Amino acid sequence: MTTAVSFNKVSRHFGDVRAVDAVDLNIAEGEFFAMLGPSGSGKTTCLRLIAGFEQPTSGQIDIFGQSAVGIPPYRRNVNTVFQDYALFPHLNVLDNVAYGMMIRGVSREQRMRSAEDALAMVRLPNYGARKPSQLSGGQRQRVALARALVNEPRVLLLDEPLGALDLKLRENMQEELKVLQKSLGITFVFVTHDQGEALSMADRVAVFNDGKIMQIGTPEEIYRRPRTRFVADFVGSSNVLSPQTTQLLGGPNNWASLRPEDIHIGDKGISASVVNASFLGASTRLAMDLNGQRINALLPASVAVPAQGSTVKFGFDAKNLHIMDEAK
Amino acid sequence: MSLAAGITQSAILPGRGGVFGNLSDTFWRKPKLLLFILLAPPVLWLGVVYIGSLLALLVQSFFSIDEFSGMVNREFTLKTYGELLIPANVDIIVRTVVMATLVTIASAIIAFPIAYYAAKFAKGRWKALFYLGIMLPLWSSYLVKIYAWKLILAKEGILNWLFETLHLSWLLDAYLSLPLVGGTSLSISSTGTFLVFVYVWLPFMILPTQAALERVPGTLLEASSDLGATPRQTFRHVLLPLALPGIIAGSIFTFSLTLGDYIIPQIIGSSRLFIGQAVYAHQGTAGNIPLAAAFTVVPVVIMGVYLWLAKRAGAFDAL
Repeated sequence: MTTAVSFNKVSRHFGDVRAVDAVDLNIAEGEFFAMLGPSGSGKTTCLRLIAGFEQPTSGQIDIFGQSAVGIPPYRRNVNTVFQDYALFPHLNVLDNVAYGMMIRGVSREQRMRSAEDALAMVRLPNYGARKPSQLSGGQRQRVALARALVNEPRVLLLDEPLGALDLKLRENMQEELKVLQKSLGITFVFVTHDQGEALSMADRVAVFNDGKIMQIGTPEEIYRRPRTRFVADFVGSSNVLSPQTTQLLGGPNNWASLRPEDIHIGDKGISASVVNASFLGASTRLAMDLNGQRINALLPASVAVPAQGSTVKFGFDAKNLHIMDEAK
Repeated sequence: MSLAAGITQSAILPGRGGVFGNLSDTFWRKPKLLLFILLAPPVLWLGVVYIGSLLALLVQSFFSIDEFSGMVNREFTLKTYGELLIPANVDIIVRTVVMATLVTIASAIIAFPIAYYAAKFAKGRWKALFYLGIMLPLWSSYLVKIYAWKLILAKEGILNWLFETLHLSWLLDAYLSLPLVGGTSLSISSTGTFLVFVYVWLPFMILPTQAALERVPGTLLEASSDLGATPRQTFRHVLLPLALPGIIAGSIFTFSLTLGDYIIPQIIGSSRLFIGQAVYAHQGTAGNIPLAAAFTVVPVVIMGVYLWLAKRAGAFDAL
């Protein structure tokens, strides 16, 4: 498989701050790749390095085998969907979408036709004459997507594109983006701080922290087998167990993670006291205390919820106790 | 439970009392009253003193002067406008408009990079320094600056000396021998007038341009470059259209101030008249108030046409 984007020991320092620190990365062609991490973890800087808005302090970046170091953004066949959409306020929607083609000197007639098609693709036909200020957030997002995709880039970069949308719209867009990506076959690189978004959409996820990649893997791997405490903590609501607790639960003297949904309540197992129960709809999250260690369990709706302060016994399948290599 | 001393338990607090307490309550209930009180004085001032006197001026321009008695004849006539359009006066108008246009274009070209730097790169102390640098010349007397320029541009001045030192006097002399722009020295040429106009009005172009550029988000420039535009194309298709309202605002200043000024061309430049000087001469020594009024109407009409054209060209679309 062709490598779309490769980072070799890439660093980007801003003064003393190492925004990106010796990152190695390979993104395959046609892949939906997510960069996940808290704010300031370097994921957006990585995206900007691919787009060309930033130059690496050191290291090598290749896009489809060609060196991208020292190449300005306008010479990269890579397009970006910006977090704030960055639609041109003085142009109408159609001219926004046609901007890239206008710059490349495509004839007016042809670019208007392509722009119309692109708008139809993001389900905004007949919106061409409006100004960006007349659109809702979700519509602007689609226009930004159309404006980038109409240029048929080799790589599409998306910088937290769903961050400003409300929950319902976000879920719709997640699905649509995924379908669009599969049908177009364009490599998508997607930056997000929302682990649910990363896990549900991406083929592979890179988890960032402090300018470094903590783990790269499929969503399943990241979720099931987090390599470090940070990954376990950040990706979802996994219980991160200290070495003492791990031993208490029958494991080695190591940090471990245990998913809340893998825990079941019964009349056998380890005793813990119930601290709190939150009703989530399809399930209930039970917060328990085990010798000062907080343990969350996800109970299906069919199970009776124990009262606060009561003592319960919980158990789990030993194979679900995931021991982490590193104590970070 | 009270968390801090002096906090009462009641849900509705008693009125504060006193004149200001009662006034606050009244204004809160009737916000329009406050608006009226705040707006009435400036509206009266603008309406009566400002617009009123402008209208009075307009009316004056339709009167004429009795050539024998020198008295103003208060009857409606277009005679004064006929007088305005004799070749000598048209010459004055054309000269002034050409000068104002050139000054505006030059100011816009010089102001843009300065404004761009201040809007996009200057931070903290550098920004303060920028404002200080732009505003400082406005704090000193206008006359002092013009006389300083007269010395700089004079035959014995520093500019001439510089050309001599660089053995480029021949270049300056060749330039000064050109018709229209030349003269015996820079300080008595229309080039000198132009230079001083640009210097004096430049801050009025920089500040609105900078304000407009400040409102252009950096991501728009990145988006343009991301979509394949070279810096030149980004300037042409994104930066300039978005900065245009600011540049137009600045040009209103530079254009109208040049149209109306009568001191700079009097001190620096050839002795050919500008509109401001014509107004000054007609209402003062000549006592021809109607013609002075007609001359004053010219810049007003020109500015009106200019703004209309700017609007039609879409200069305010980005607002």
